[in-house]
Amino acid sequence: MTRKQRRLYFVILGMLALGAATALVLTAVGDGMVYFYTPRDLRTRHISPDRRVRIGGLVKQGSVVRDGKTVHFVITDLTADLKTTYTGVLPDLFREGQGVVAEGKVDGNGVFQASEVLAKHDEKYMPKDVAEALKKSGHWQGETPQK
Amino acid sequence: MHRFANPARFLRLASAILPWSSALSALLIAAGLYFALFHSPADYQQGETVRIMYVHVPSAWLAMACYSTMALSSAVALIWKHPLADLVAKAASPIGAAFTFLCLVSGSLWGRPMWGTWWAWDARLTSMLILFFLYLGHMALINAFDDPSRGAKAAAILALAGFVNIPIIKFSVDWWNTLHQPASVSKFGMPSIDPAMLLPLLLMALGFTCFFVTVLLIRVRTEIIASKLRAIRMTQIHAVPVAVPVAE
Repeated sequence: MTRKQRRLYFVILGMLALGAATALVLTAVGDGMVYFYTPRDLRTRHISPDRRVRIGGLVKQGSVVRDGKTVHFVITDLTADLKTTYTGVLPDLFREGQGVVAEGKVDGNGVFQASEVLAKHDEKYMPKDVAEALKKSGHWQGETPQK
Repeated sequence: MHRFANPARFLRLASAILPWSSALSALLIAAGLYFALFHSPADYQQGETVRIMYVHVPSAWLAMACYSTMALSSAVALIWKHPLADLVAKAASPIGAAFTFLCLVSGSLWGRPMWGTWWAWDARLTSMLILFFLYLGHMALINAFDDPSRGAKAAAILALAGFVNIPIIKFSVDWWNTLHQPASVSKFGMPSIDPAMLLPLLLMALGFTCFFVTVLLIRVRTEIIASKLRAIRMTQIHAVPVAVPVAE
């Protein structure tokens, strides 16, 4: 084996070992890497009630009730719902049927008291008229008003 | 591979490509900006803010492409001891750092109105920030030794080790819940972006690529000249005691 070949195998082996190590670490960390939990996770994963968490999902259609600067709404992942209360300025994209990520704590009554609400948008980009046309023709697959 | 080992051949090739690549990048970026700013529709949800995408996404792509170039040339330098490969890696890292910085800043400016925050510690944003630090570390390491070849070797190992971050950046939005949305263009099936918006995006991406090639060639050329200069100076220094015998 020439020195060049030896170096080649050494680099390939090193990269494979490093890649495997990274993959193992990432799998082990797993849940720690997520930015938010879904309302369903909140039930199934026994997250302690004192812990500040981020909850992500869609704003349930017809659930937004404004009360001065305070907004009540429901975050849903379509399998579980979470009542949420937030006081403050909402991002422009906040609307019913839109994705949100809220940070806060669940209070004694099971209501999620959010201290920060971020809007999340999907990966679809299109002009307004195309979106309208799609909705009209029934081919809409975006963040549809779900019940 | 070894046909390009020759710096003289590389210099000839670079001067042949440079006028074309610089003209092409100016043309493509100008056309891309025209379409991006005046001749593309506003988004159905994000309105006019979507135009930040035409700078943000190409700079993110180029930041990763530049790192891949750097890692590849580092591997070539380590395995085949190719002197030109070291110079390519050295020339690439500041360019990549600039693209990463542009991506982070434009993303921040986009995140504020759309998400409601300048920054979020989600997997995509964090891995992109790590990429920026990898570039800075590479630049620092390559210049940290008196002997340039030792610096190049240490930096090459860093570049290779840091390459594991590239798939993490790419797939972070698929593997974990993130605030950042998943890929729109580079995915299986049709891109989920309207053709009228895809056109300026691709024009800008091509323009950025040509710009990257142009700047990389210029920087490698400069590095070749600088190392030649260093070699001349070294021979002069070592030649002095021989040329001028010390008179007792």
